[in-house]
Amino acid sequence: MLPHEKTMPSTLSPSTITLFIQGMQAALPIVIGYLPLGFAYGVLAREAGLSLAETVLMSVLVYAGSGQFIAVSLLGSGVTAAAIIMTVFLVNLRHLLFSASFVPHLRRFNPVFLSMVAAQITDETFAVAINHYSNHEAHLPYHFGLNLTAHAAWITASFLGGLTGDLIGDPSRYGFNFALPAMFIILLVMQLKNKKTLLVALMAAVFSVAIAVIWPGNWNIIVATILAATLGVILEPWISKS
Amino acid sequence: MDKQILTIIIGAALVTYFPRMLPLVVLSRTRLPDVFLRWLSYIPAAVLAALLAPSLVIVEGRFMLANNPYLLAAIPATLVAIKTRSMALTIITGMVAMVFLQSWLNI
Repeated sequence: MLPHEKTMPSTLSPSTITLFIQGMQAALPIVIGYLPLGFAYGVLAREAGLSLAETVLMSVLVYAGSGQFIAVSLLGSGVTAAAIIMTVFLVNLRHLLFSASFVPHLRRFNPVFLSMVAAQITDETFAVAINHYSNHEAHLPYHFGLNLTAHAAWITASFLGGLTGDLIGDPSRYGFNFALPAMFIILLVMQLKNKKTLLVALMAAVFSVAIAVIWPGNWNIIVATILAATLGVILEPWISKS
Repeated sequence: MDKQILTIIIGAALVTYFPRMLPLVVLSRTRLPDVFLRWLSYIPAAVLAALLAPSLVIVEGRFMLANNPYLLAAIPATLVAIKTRSMALTIITGMVAMVFLQSWLNI
């Protein structure tokens, strides 16, 4: 991915600071995607009646893009606090899968550190980290560098959006609306190692779109993923290795 | 700060944090069965596909195949991804394609 990763001598254990910087660099594509999204969230939050401090606090404590968008839009339409919290819970349940997927890579670390790493799991930081761990050893400084940089970008963008209170033009004019889909494309391409993963990915894609069309509200990701991965395990004996 | 908004923020933060934290912290202390590990090994590809596919074919809540700049921009981005395996080049290609496609399709 990053040019210097390949040249890093494998016999030398890289220092904490080097790993942290590597993590920060790995977060760059996420930052590009989060800036316009976080900005848009900031604008919407202010329109829904949150103060600038509340707008930023939500990005610090909740830190979940779609969850925050849904929370402020429900707030703006006068839904009760309990219903909003329940909705955010359901929308963010997919993080269970991400968290479980990190277990084989991160289990040797102290649970206190793990509980900190977990606080900043998002779709994007999960995708970048799990891809990195498929051919690199896991290191906490890398993970914190990645997580803190992405979260800092999200907070900063929310603050700027909340401060400005209005969209400065349309960020999609500059192609920012394709930054995160493009990141998912390259990460997916790198995950497709054999026929089995290709088949699972195809099933997940079809299920996800079908579920999203008939059942709006973010359930598509968790349901499609569980179905496709389960079918992958069941069908394994019939798929030739490649 | 408004008390109701503060309640929502703290409540939403807690219900978001626990699903993020519990599997990682709890399962790290147990031995995982082999079949579960194999299941987990499919999660990254499945999640990425499940996230990506709707973002390409569902535009503003509607399923859309024709004249869809997201789907079209994905073509050069995927080719560059397969050919170069470079995240930077893939993202730049996708964003540039998006700019052209949007002006071409008048969106």
